Amino acid sequence: MSAMSTRAKLGVVAASAVLLASVAAGYAAIAAEPARTPPPAAAGDQAVTLAPGPRLLAITDRYVSSVATADPAGPRTVSGLECLRVYAAAGTGVCLRPETAWSYQVVVLDAALHQKRTLSVPGLPNRARVSASGRMVSWTTFVGGDSYTASGFSTRTGILDTVTGATVTSLEEFAITRDGRGYRSPDVNYWGVTFTADDNHFYATMATGGERYLVRGDVAARTVETMRTNVECPSLSPDGTRIAFKEAIDADPTKGWRLSVLDLASGRVTATAETTSVDDQAAWLDDATLAYTLRQSDGRPDVFSVPADGSGTPRLLIPGAESPSPLT
Amino acid sequence: MYLSSVSRPVSDPPDAGPRRRRLALVSGNVVALGTVSLITDISAEMVAAVLPLYLVLGLQLSPVAFGVLDGVHTGATALLRVVGGFVADRFRRRKLVAGVGYALSAVAKLGLLLAGRSVPAIGAVITVDRLGKGVRSAPRDALITLSTPPEALGRAFGVHRAMDSVGAFLGPLAAFAVLLVVGQSYDAVFVTSFCLAALAVVVLVLFVRERPTGTAADGPDEPRVSVREAFGLLRSRPTRRLLLAATMLGLATIGDGFVYLVLQRREDLGLRWFPLLAVGTSLAYLVLAAPLGVLADRIGRLPVVVGGYVALGATYLLLSGPAHGWPALALTLALYGAFYAATDGVLIALAGPVLPPRLRTTGIALVQTGQALAYLVSSVLFGLAWQAWGPQTAVRVAAVAVVGVLVVTVLLLASPFRPAPRKVSP
Repeated sequence: MSAMSTRAKLGVVAASAVLLASVAAGYAAIAAEPARTPPPAAAGDQAVTLAPGPRLLAITDRYVSSVATADPAGPRTVSGLECLRVYAAAGTGVCLRPETAWSYQVVVLDAALHQKRTLSVPGLPNRARVSASGRMVSWTTFVGGDSYTASGFSTRTGILDTVTGATVTSLEEFAITRDGRGYRSPDVNYWGVTFTADDNHFYATMATGGERYLVRGDVAARTVETMRTNVECPSLSPDGTRIAFKEAIDADPTKGWRLSVLDLASGRVTATAETTSVDDQAAWLDDATLAYTLRQSDGRPDVFSVPADGSGTPRLLIPGAESPSPLT
Repeated sequence: MYLSSVSRPVSDPPDAGPRRRRLALVSGNVVALGTVSLITDISAEMVAAVLPLYLVLGLQLSPVAFGVLDGVHTGATALLRVVGGFVADRFRRRKLVAGVGYALSAVAKLGLLLAGRSVPAIGAVITVDRLGKGVRSAPRDALITLSTPPEALGRAFGVHRAMDSVGAFLGPLAAFAVLLVVGQSYDAVFVTSFCLAALAVVVLVLFVRERPTGTAADGPDEPRVSVREAFGLLRSRPTRRLLLAATMLGLATIGDGFVYLVLQRREDLGLRWFPLLAVGTSLAYLVLAAPLGVLADRIGRLPVVVGGYVALGATYLLLSGPAHGWPALALTLALYGAFYAATDGVLIALAGPVLPPRLRTTGIALVQTGQALAYLVSSVLFGLAWQAWGPQTAVRVAAVAVVGVLVVTVLLLASPFRPAPRKVSP
């Protein structure tokens, strides 16, 4: 190398730069997504509505759509609303969607999918829920790099009362009772809220010190208390007696999750017949059936359903869809 | 091309020789290494900026799965860093070892493409990237010290770190520019990042020199460095003091994540502005690194390092004090950036001349490893303090710790060059 003149070296660097730049540009040209297709016009004579009825809400190819409960794999009605997560109940919807290329917002929707309220949120959309009455709305996002492990990941979970307009931007503001005693820690994270019928209490996952707890919270009192460990993404049944959740196998999330159901009165946990690892907050289609998203190896989603009592077998419900929600 | 000519043994104490007017610029080797770092940091920060988007939106991984990815093998990285440093010294191939580190990180960018949705594979790729980073920093810093006369080390490290942080600054912009062009294709970001990393390796191969000619200390006739000799480093009193001081200083550092978290909470900042806290700090670092390096050459490195930790203590006091609002926030970030600018490179500039040239890479690797382990311990301790006393008190305790550590550091380092200290060791 020492024999090369500076001029020759600069030449080699310039040639390398040109070569590498064309590799990058060439790859980008091949990999670039085709321009986004405009949202398909609503099929048939009806638009997507959140009014209660025998339909299921879901996201297909980034757009909010609905299918008939009786024929979920059949024709779908697709709206022009682009969301990463959606959920609805009693005519109120919540949609987590892109605001700009790198920021996201929570949108509260009325039955006709009109925006009632928008909130900018930090991080990337993860979970969204609406209480059964349609009054309370919650969301969870991932926020990169602000955990104290420097490159760690943390979550932010917020709650909005659509009647009073009161907003909790992060559950981390709530006082914690862990195993009967007051607790605080910088590494507390919450995700996956599910509301009870009184529109004040809720269940959620709280993670701290390497443990993941099921917590029961009180919005008015701004408190949470731990109930048990290894419960993630709780989802309360319509009758309020059971919680569907994902249970880390051997309490180790690296081994995947088993979709399970906790009976609140007895504390008994029943594993469902779904043996594939489920990484989703399940939705109750009725008091006996759960719906959830599974992903194929290339990341494409499908919505499956399985009986909540551990019987039966999983069934492909809505092919090519994610974020299922019954319109109740 | 190369502006400096090192004509005397670099192990001389920095305050012994006459100042040289012709050292107005840094050596070509430092500029070359700075360029390599600049390009590599663009590449690295490009990936860092889009990795969360890729993992969560591209692959739909959950946060706990990501936590697994974050299982940093600090122990393994620490060991490999020291072993890499020793190999670089033993075979006098600092450039080669640094090059291997840069190449590992470059390959890791392609690995992200191949890993697909497999969490263990992504974890392995990220580990390779970190190992590469661990391996390269000690030989790179050793090359900087060996290509710079001792009295200009502060400036050399200042310029290098400033170039490095320019790259870190440009990285996220480059990533978003690529995404803007290609849509949600994260692959294109990884390929672009790989191409930049590869270009940095080319620049390293062509323009970085193993060492400037004519330095006697490790000419071809010198016997090779033995393991025994490397362990001997730990028996040398100045080296031990240096290691102890660097580790203690690391213990007083609670970590960026905590600083920003406390800041965000007390100022009730919108969470969306959170990333800007890091941007503000690196801006201050970028601007101040070179001037503070030059200052360190003028007034001595220890005073500048001490000043840096005073800035850190002031940062902690502001975090727990009564002043609120934007001016207080800006001052906090400026002081925090000044802390980095006054300590990161300057500490190695301080360490370099203490370490014999034959064992300099090993010595720098030991210093960096001691600091890395200290950071880990201090972040755990701070987490516990937060749990026990709450954030405000925990930060005040950290401020007190800075003062304590600073006093010990000054006692340890104020006279490391005295030939035979009379004091009985404590």
